[in-house]
Amino acid sequence: MITREPEDFPPPRNWVANFGRKVLFTFRNAGRAILLLTEAVANLRFIFSPRTRREIILQMFVGGIKSLGVITVVAGFTGMILALQTGIELRKFGQEVNIGAAVMVSMLREMGPFMTGLIMAASVGSAYAAQMGTMVVSEEIAALEIMSINPVRFLVLPRLVALAVMTPLLSFYSCMMGVLGGALVGKTQLGVAWVAYWQNATRYADAKDLYVGVFKAFIFGIIITIVACHQGFSTTQGAVGVGNATRRTVILSFLTILIVGYFITRFFYV
Amino acid sequence: MIRFEQVTKTLGGRKVLDGIDLEIREGETLAIVGPSGTGKSVSLKHMVRLMTPDAGRVLVGGEAISEATGRDLERLREKFGVLFQGGALLEWLNVFENVALPLREKTQTGEDEITERVREKLRLVGLEKDELKHPSEISGGMRKRAGLARAIIRNPEIILYDEPTSGLDPVSSRTIDALIEDMRQKLTVTSVVVTHDLHSALSIATRIAMLSEGRIVELATPEDFIKSKTEAVVRFLEAQYITTRGSWEKHTL
Repeated sequence: MITREPEDFPPPRNWVANFGRKVLFTFRNAGRAILLLTEAVANLRFIFSPRTRREIILQMFVGGIKSLGVITVVAGFTGMILALQTGIELRKFGQEVNIGAAVMVSMLREMGPFMTGLIMAASVGSAYAAQMGTMVVSEEIAALEIMSINPVRFLVLPRLVALAVMTPLLSFYSCMMGVLGGALVGKTQLGVAWVAYWQNATRYADAKDLYVGVFKAFIFGIIITIVACHQGFSTTQGAVGVGNATRRTVILSFLTILIVGYFITRFFYV
Repeated sequence: MIRFEQVTKTLGGRKVLDGIDLEIREGETLAIVGPSGTGKSVSLKHMVRLMTPDAGRVLVGGEAISEATGRDLERLREKFGVLFQGGALLEWLNVFENVALPLREKTQTGEDEITERVREKLRLVGLEKDELKHPSEISGGMRKRAGLARAIIRNPEIILYDEPTSGLDPVSSRTIDALIEDMRQKLTVTSVVVTHDLHSALSIATRIAMLSEGRIVELATPEDFIKSKTEAVVRFLEAQYITTRGSWEKHTL
C-alpha cells in the first residue's frame, strides 16, 4: 500500500538516539524507494495498455519536450564556456584547434548527462514530487487504492518509462548543443574553422563516450522518477509537507546523481 | 455487514479508538457523530483498511478486512464506495473521466456501456450537464457529488461518506443529504456517514453512534438519540442548537 498511517515515535532521549534514528530512517527510505522501483519494474508488462501508452507519451512531452528550451540554453552556454576556457589556455601553445575534442569528450562523457540529470531533477522531478504529494494530501492516492487501482502502475510506471527514454535523448541533444556552442566560440573568438573544429571533435571522441553517457542519463532518469515519486508518496502535513517533499526530491536527486555518476564513470573508465 | 470487535488505535500517544465494539447492519444508514478529533474518520479508515487496528479486528461480511492483504483486500474493498471529504477527484481528468475511471481501470466494460453507466450516475447526482468540466472548474458541492457518482459507479454494497457536508453552504448540505437518502432508497446500500453536522445525521440516519474520547457513548435511532440523557450527547446537541426538550420531527428531504 502507498497510503501509510501516521507514525508515532516518542521523542529521542539524546543526540545519539536522534542520530541513530535518522540513520535508520535513511536506510528505511532507501529500502522503500528500491521497493517502489521493483514494483514499477514488475508492472512493466502493462506499458502497452492503451491508457498507459497515452500517459507515457503525455509524460514524454511534459517532462521531455517542454525541457528542451532550458536544456538548449544551458548546454549551449556550457559548451561556449568550455571552449573559451580551454581555448584561452591552448592558444598559448598554438593548439586552439583542439577545443573541438575537449568540448566533445567532456560533453559526451560527463557534462551532457550530468547537466540533463540536474535540470530534469530540478524541473521535472520536483513537479512529480509536488503532484504526488498533493494527491496524497487531497486523498486522491487513498481513493485510487480503495478503487483497487495500483498507484504504482497508474502513476509511477508511465513517468518512469517516459523519463528513462527522454533523459538519454535529452542528454544526447544537450551534448550536441554544447558542441555547437563550442564551435560558435571557436569560430568567433578563437579563429578555429568549423570544419577543423568538427574534424578534431570527432577524431578524439569514440562510441564508448557516447554509450556510457547515454547509459548514465538512462540511470539518472530512473533515479529522478523514483526519488520524486517516493518523496511525494511520503508526504505528510499538508502544504508544508508538499514543499518539503519537493525540496528533498531536488537535494536527494542531485546527491544520488553525482554519487551514482561517479561510480558509473569508475566502472567504465578505470 | 461491518463489525468492529474491540478495536483499539493509538495515534500521537493518544487512544483515538479505545476498544470499540460496533455492528453496522445491512441496508441501514449509520451516522457516526462526535466533536473533531474523536476518531470518526479513523474508524471510517479502518473499514477500508487505510488504517489497521493496534488491537481487535474489523470484519466486513464476516471476513477480517483488518488482516486481509493482496487479492483478498482488493476483493473486500470492491464492496465499498467511498466519498472523501474533498471528493478526491483526479485534477487532470474531467468529471466524466473521473467517474469512468474505476470501470476503465478495473473492468473489461466496453466504452458504450461505460458512457451509458457514467451518464446514468451523473444524472442521479445532478451533474449530467457538467461532465466535461474539470474538478477545478466546479464548486465544492459539485465535487462531492462527482465523487459520489464515482463511488457508486461499480454498484458497491456499502458507501462510506467522510464529512459529506463539511465546507458546504446549508443549501448544498441539504442537497448532499437528499442524495445520501436517495442512494439508500434507490440502490439499497448500507451507508456509513461520518459527520459532525448533527442536523444532517438526524435527517438521514437510521441509527446514530456518538464517539467521545475513543468510545461509543451512545448508539440509538434519531428519535431516541435526541432524548438521550448521556452528558456528552446532551452537550453535543445543545452546541448545535438542537433542543433536547419537547418533541423532535425528522426533516423530510
